[in-house]
Amino acid sequence: MPKITFNTHDNKTHTIEVQNGLTVMEGAVQNDIPGIDADCGGGMACATCHVYVDEDWVAKLPQKDDGEEDMLDMAFEPKKNSRLSCQIIVSDELDGLVVNIPSKQS
Amino acid sequence: MNKTDALIIGAGPTGLFTAHQLKLIGLDCEIVDNLDKIGGQCIELYPDKPIYDIPAVPECTGEELTNNLINQIKPFNIKTHLGERVDEVKKDGENWFVKTNLGKTFLTPNVIIAGGVGSFEPRKFPPKECEKFENKSIFYSVKDKTIFEGKTVSIFGGGDSALDWAVELSKSSQVNLIHRRDDFRGAQATVDKVYELAKSGKINLYTKYQLMNVNGEDALESIEIKHDSKEIKKIKTDFALGFFGLIMQLGPIADWGLNIDKKTVAVDTERFETNQKGIYAVGDICSYPGKLKLILSGFHEGALAARACFKLARPNEKYRFEFTTSSKTIKDRLGVKSD
Repeated sequence: MPKITFNTHDNKTHTIEVQNGLTVMEGAVQNDIPGIDADCGGGMACATCHVYVDEDWVAKLPQKDDGEEDMLDMAFEPKKNSRLSCQIIVSDELDGLVVNIPSKQS
Repeated sequence: MNKTDALIIGAGPTGLFTAHQLKLIGLDCEIVDNLDKIGGQCIELYPDKPIYDIPAVPECTGEELTNNLINQIKPFNIKTHLGERVDEVKKDGENWFVKTNLGKTFLTPNVIIAGGVGSFEPRKFPPKECEKFENKSIFYSVKDKTIFEGKTVSIFGGGDSALDWAVELSKSSQVNLIHRRDDFRGAQATVDKVYELAKSGKINLYTKYQLMNVNGEDALESIEIKHDSKEIKKIKTDFALGFFGLIMQLGPIADWGLNIDKKTVAVDTERFETNQKGIYAVGDICSYPGKLKLILSGFHEGALAARACFKLARPNEKYRFEFTTSSKTIKDRLGVKSD
């Protein structure tokens, strides 16, 4: 299974295995990764599963669609490498993905 | 003071159906919701998105579901208090004393929390210093637009609220519109209007900028905004308005002595009662082994919590189970003819 690494704001690293087809958000929630709230449950409606994608990985991810970009306007301190983790679907190509969790989600 | 058999906090689908169940078994109830409209997350987060797992409804949008539920409780004339947040819930003898942020008070033996993930609150600017200017120089909604006349107003955001206010306030104020990227997500006509006003100098447009800092003593004097390229601009301004949508916050529910873990309230699965007698939690906000965050689960939970309310609201009567298909009493309550 692909491994995904989450760096939390307090400099802790969590590496988990996530099944192909699940989203990065679902992987985080199922593994109790702190700092991913996912209030709306993956509906791209709340921007509380916001992550900063590691620079090496930004270009390797499928592009954001308009709805995700719109929602990111609402995120806490969005940056260029901001993504909603509920919109990143795990696959073998994403094995080793590293994302950073913001200091807060709202 | 409003007296009622049960007070429901939250006018989302679960709260609405719980109200239906209460009225059906002959109890009265009132609903309070912090949003200014009925529907909760269904209306605020996904009014146009189709839902596929409501039993016997193959497909409906959040808005359609809400409208159907409103129709379903129409016969009961339920009093709904919108735009008010319940701030206080405390014991008063056999009852609960409930107070809203607008000072409205209720006395009831039963409080049913159907609050989703909490109340919707505006998302705020990240810098901490913004707090001291809140409701003085920094706002997240506009209540009285006359205070901006002749002043400089810096508006942040890229959606309809930000654009609409930029257009409106540009008539009598100096307006800066600041957004973190080049694209705006508002209605195209409004976006065009904003560009037109920017061209004629009525609006100063700053895109790819975000708020970094605020300065001032009692009132806001200037703000610093940072470009994607790290360049920083200092702008003189009298007001800053942020329109970043709404976020769900658990809010005052955390202070009512309930057993809360990870923004959810623990309940039993017979009455959906919390650790406080007469306070129930249903829908997304409750947790118990096997809890599913589905609308259909909220309906089930509300139906059972309503029956539990009967005991405390009518201590000397016995609740009798009846079907809507056959009960004359229920048909009378619904205002429909019996066969």
